[in-house]
Amino acid sequence: MDLIVSLTVNGLATGMLIFLLAAGLTLIFGLMSVLNFAHGGLFIWGAYAGVSIYAVTDSFLLAIILAIITGLVLGLITERLIIRPVYGNHIQQILITLGFMLVLQELIKVVFGPDQKAVYPPAWLEGSFQMGDVILIKYRLFIIAIGFLLFLIIFLILKKTRIGLIVRAGVMNREMVQTLGINIRFVFMAVFMVGAALAALSGVLHAPYSGVIYAEMGLEFSILAFIVVVIGGMGSFTGSLLAAILVGLAQAYMAYYVPALSLAVNMLIMTVVLIFRPQGLFKVKG
Amino acid sequence: MSSLLKLSQVEAYIQQFHILHDISFEVPKGEVTVLLGRNGAGKTTTLRTIMGLNPVSKGSINFKDEEITNLKPHLIANKGIGYVPEDQGIFEDLTVGENLRVAMKREDKETTERLEWILDLFPDLKKFWKKPGGQLSGGQKQMLAISRAYVNENDLLLIDEPSKGLAPIVVEKVMETILQMKEKTTILLVEQNFMMASKIGDRFYIIDDGQTVHHGQMGELKEDKVLMKKYLGVS
Repeated sequence: MDLIVSLTVNGLATGMLIFLLAAGLTLIFGLMSVLNFAHGGLFIWGAYAGVSIYAVTDSFLLAIILAIITGLVLGLITERLIIRPVYGNHIQQILITLGFMLVLQELIKVVFGPDQKAVYPPAWLEGSFQMGDVILIKYRLFIIAIGFLLFLIIFLILKKTRIGLIVRAGVMNREMVQTLGINIRFVFMAVFMVGAALAALSGVLHAPYSGVIYAEMGLEFSILAFIVVVIGGMGSFTGSLLAAILVGLAQAYMAYYVPALSLAVNMLIMTVVLIFRPQGLFKVKG
Repeated sequence: MSSLLKLSQVEAYIQQFHILHDISFEVPKGEVTVLLGRNGAGKTTTLRTIMGLNPVSKGSINFKDEEITNLKPHLIANKGIGYVPEDQGIFEDLTVGENLRVAMKREDKETTERLEWILDLFPDLKKFWKKPGGQLSGGQKQMLAISRAYVNENDLLLIDEPSKGLAPIVVEKVMETILQMKEKTTILLVEQNFMMASKIGDRFYIIDDGQTVHHGQMGELKEDKVLMKKYLGVS
């Protein structure tokens, strides 16, 4: 039983980190049909920016705030300089965002050095809770709580506010939204920046979770995020959460029971979903 | 009567295809102007071009004596033009209420009154307020699309083929609605259903192969069988 709980907590924590990365990606794709392969670059910049301030100030809260600001600024730059010139052209989007991803990755090495950096959870999140035979690691529970909290906040914004209504309508039919007098480009820029901030937040939360950060981890993690977006349904926010949890749990269980399949299992899930439900688990209707 | 909208020698392309060659017409304030023509003549492209969804390559579009040629769609809409596209453009996962709310630029007394007027006109929208737009019937979707364009105080409504794909009894209802809206706003209507167009319209323009080829009062067109057969296939 304790093993099951432990693996489930691991899987949920990994799932939440992937969800934070995938949430922005899915809204960006759904709203403006943009394939952003640079998203992983925002993840590593969030991690490195946050960890740097964490090393200096010893404040993990400041690290989170700086990572979010880094994400917002990089999101603005990416949308205006990289994405805006290639709207409507998927091939160009893939090429330029993949290129920008590599630039962001290499810039990490230039700014922060090429070596891996070890990161530890803050003192208030170190250690674990013991419930009978079950040991629950505090930091993992923290990630799960943050993930669910952010899901809830964004879900409520999407469901209950006018801006959320506009974003959801834009995902379904952006042309129609424009003819209602709404500047969809501005909405997209805002969503892109929020998506980038979530990616950066995911990066800084991932740092103490994995214990080490390195420049290439953005690309590795963004592949998982793309798998989640495809499984959940492109443009579906709720679909991303469920798919991220599924991927996180599958990876955690497979890593323990069939380690050789732990990487392949996500591809396998995606393949099965694409065969039986090509639109993903949650289809966004136009 | 002063003209609210004026198109002068408008040309437009869709990708490499030259769709509009020479579109010129005026929409007088307080009237229903109907664009007639066969399938593929360029009527829908004309409405999309007015809304800024297709770029104008030559010519000009003026609305309330101000040039709106090639402005962004949201800026054109905010000048007071409501648009009901051919496919209705319903947000299928949003409820009826949300479809209307997303369109409402303000939630003041005036807008609320307009909304109430709409809901009195279309009781089905009130009945299915919480139902997703995608689950409505074709007629209900059309009513929602028209309501969404009307809920703000627009000076001009562009309505693209409101009778398309609807049962005759629903077409009657849509027609009644447009006749009621005519009392309150100016309408530019694209319509293939000549019976409907002739009952609602005050004046007409015929578009053929991307050009405006004839215009006049709707009453005159009903008498001109040769013109109707030549351009509309109506005998």
